[in-house]
Amino acid sequence: MEKLRRTMLYVPGNNPAMIKDIYIYQPDSIMFDLEDSISLAEKDSARFLVSEALTNVDYLGIETVVRVNGLDTEFGLADLECIVKAQPDVIRLPKTETSEDISEMEAIIARIELENNIPVGKTKMFAAIESAKGVLNAYSIATSSKRLVGIALGAEDYVTNLRTNRSPEGIELLFARGQILNAARAANISAIDTIYSDIENEEGFRREVEHIKQLGFDGKSIINPRQIDIVHEIYAPKPKEIEYALQVIAAIQQAEKENSGVISLNGKMIDKPIVERAERVLQLAGINDMEQSDGR
Amino acid sequence: MEDRYDINELLKEKGTFTGIDKSKRKKNKVRSLKYVIDALDIKDGMTISFHHHFRNGDLLADMVLELLDKKGTKNITIFPSSLTTAHDHFGQYIQSGLISRICTSGIRDRLGEDISSGMLDTPVIIRSHGGRARAIESGEEKIDVAFIAVAHSDVNGNANGFEGVSPCGSLGYSMVDMKHADKVVVVSDLITEEITIPFSVPSYNVDYVVKVEKIGIKEKIMSGATRLTTNPKELLIAKRTADIIEALEIIKENFTFQTGTGGSSLAVTRFMRDKMIEKKIVADFALGGITGHIVRLHEEGLVRKLLDVQCFDLDAVFSLKNNIRHFEIDASFYANPENPGCVVNKLDVVVLSALEIDRNFDVNVMTGSDGILRGASGGHCDTAAGSKICIVTSPLVRGRIATVKDKVLNIVTPGSTVDILVTDHGTAVNPLRKDIMALLKEKKIPIVSIDTLVEMAEKIVKKPNPIVYGDKVVGVIEYRDGSIIDLVKQVI
Repeated sequence: MEKLRRTMLYVPGNNPAMIKDIYIYQPDSIMFDLEDSISLAEKDSARFLVSEALTNVDYLGIETVVRVNGLDTEFGLADLECIVKAQPDVIRLPKTETSEDISEMEAIIARIELENNIPVGKTKMFAAIESAKGVLNAYSIATSSKRLVGIALGAEDYVTNLRTNRSPEGIELLFARGQILNAARAANISAIDTIYSDIENEEGFRREVEHIKQLGFDGKSIINPRQIDIVHEIYAPKPKEIEYALQVIAAIQQAEKENSGVISLNGKMIDKPIVERAERVLQLAGINDMEQSDGR
Repeated sequence: MEDRYDINELLKEKGTFTGIDKSKRKKNKVRSLKYVIDALDIKDGMTISFHHHFRNGDLLADMVLELLDKKGTKNITIFPSSLTTAHDHFGQYIQSGLISRICTSGIRDRLGEDISSGMLDTPVIIRSHGGRARAIESGEEKIDVAFIAVAHSDVNGNANGFEGVSPCGSLGYSMVDMKHADKVVVVSDLITEEITIPFSVPSYNVDYVVKVEKIGIKEKIMSGATRLTTNPKELLIAKRTADIIEALEIIKENFTFQTGTGGSSLAVTRFMRDKMIEKKIVADFALGGITGHIVRLHEEGLVRKLLDVQCFDLDAVFSLKNNIRHFEIDASFYANPENPGCVVNKLDVVVLSALEIDRNFDVNVMTGSDGILRGASGGHCDTAAGSKICIVTSPLVRGRIATVKDKVLNIVTPGSTVDILVTDHGTAVNPLRKDIMALLKEKKIPIVSIDTLVEMAEKIVKKPNPIVYGDKVVGVIEYRDGSIIDLVKQVI
């Protein structure tokens, strides 16, 4: 089953106070940032700090993601050389526009893995799409590498590129969201929505999370731990949904026991999509103890 | 049978009525501060008291000490209910020989550093609010002159803390002093001919009334953070605390609580409010230092009574003036352990903070991680002992310093009275409280041992170098019953 990624929490890579115990907030993924939130003068210190943290702090099994600088900057390669060795679960590439962006970075990651006796392919990748070109190439990006576990929309740069700005309703993002979501689903990887930067506007944030959940996104990049509970609450299935999901799973188990080919519940046939939805509901409810795969 | 009543003796003894001259009646008690200080003849070995209801905005203690210092007075004991940054410069009165002894609840900042460095020969006596009331009522401490800063007094000394231009709210600590001090001086910047109603200080307890230009800075009574925190760590701790309070089934009709100031505590109040509304529960009373947040719960009908020994912000001051069930209580009623009816004993739950807490659940709220005096005993040990359930909230580490540690530097509140520790890294229950442990486990609230928390903290910040102490004892920490629970050593 695919890993839960309802919340991917940004933490600036140069903030030791936050980095040392960010796991207490229990997001689904922690994303250490070396890119936009770090000033030029702090790039080195952030890189070393994140590397040390990954090596020394126990993040209690929470997925660790590092957003590195692009390879078109002077920091991108240095970031990879330092960070891949520290073995985060995922490297996140910003401003991805083509599948070549992914291949280029993948080759470097593979080389560093090899040099450091890390099984090649262990480091997963995540791509942020932040431009019109990237959105149009979403499917080829999503299918560009076996390492890729998800793609995310970065809306701030994207709306600038579109010559518009973000509205509360998010009408300007409808196409990008739909495109990225469909690409992710076609490639069977995660789709993560963009950040919501007005931390004080809880109501607006709720509305946006409800919106992207309805669209089908797996979760959202978030910038403050205060946003975690809200996302998890909105993604939490209702008691009735859980009850039904449990009945579905019980019916399958019963059918398996009886070697029965046709499975029905309350007179209705249960087919594959219903089972998948039931499994997803139980996963979101935290009921399923099934082992999660290595990221995919 | 012998005649008991000898009328002639009685007349001789009592005197006969000779008429009355109304014009000779004393007009009022208003005098200047200088006159009062000269008239009271404050001298060597005497004890004068103050309250700290103006907190950082207190002006009176300095006015009095400055006059005494100018007169060349020496060797007095000051006995404030607490000391704040407003008293930062009192080291100069120690050096001049004016102050030779201090009894207080709190001591911090520069004065704390001065005392910790050994400036005062006699150790400071640290008492809780309940312990101070006990010491006064039992006669253990004798107050020669109590100076009481008030917001409004009439010319005879009927006074309160919540009217006028410089209000501070409840006068709870002084209400003990005024009953037991030899002489009582009420000082204010608003003195009227018209009688003060309602009054917290009745004129029959008052010897002098003094008018000054400004009695205190009301804006500075704010204590700690009075805005609701947005700090995610504090919110996390607060939410966990509120969940625990709910799991322990404390939130039921007519329950009682005290939550302090500071980020987490205020947020606990907010989360509790949500649960009270959801469950349609009304609390009987909230106790303690009262904040605007608690006032709002009262005004929303969620808390019937506010018992207020000290106002922590101006919203609370305003409420004390206007809400009839927002009731001013004195420190003895609040927490004197020799008063079996003291109201801390009626608390269902108290939420407290800590500078340090250790494996024994002993709590330090008095000295910093450097061993220097920078805190206040306050009502900490009083409410911990009195309440049915005492919850301490604290981050596991602050900056690079462990809060949860092997052994606290100084004990203010004994661990036997602390039931639960809630941190951002986990919750620990005192092994003495098997009932709480069982209930929380049943409700699936995650619990770790205090030892695990100590190890987690050590893993993050490692062990600090030991503090270099001198031999001199600079502070004696009394438990609320008057026994000595710890000594504070000089820091070199």
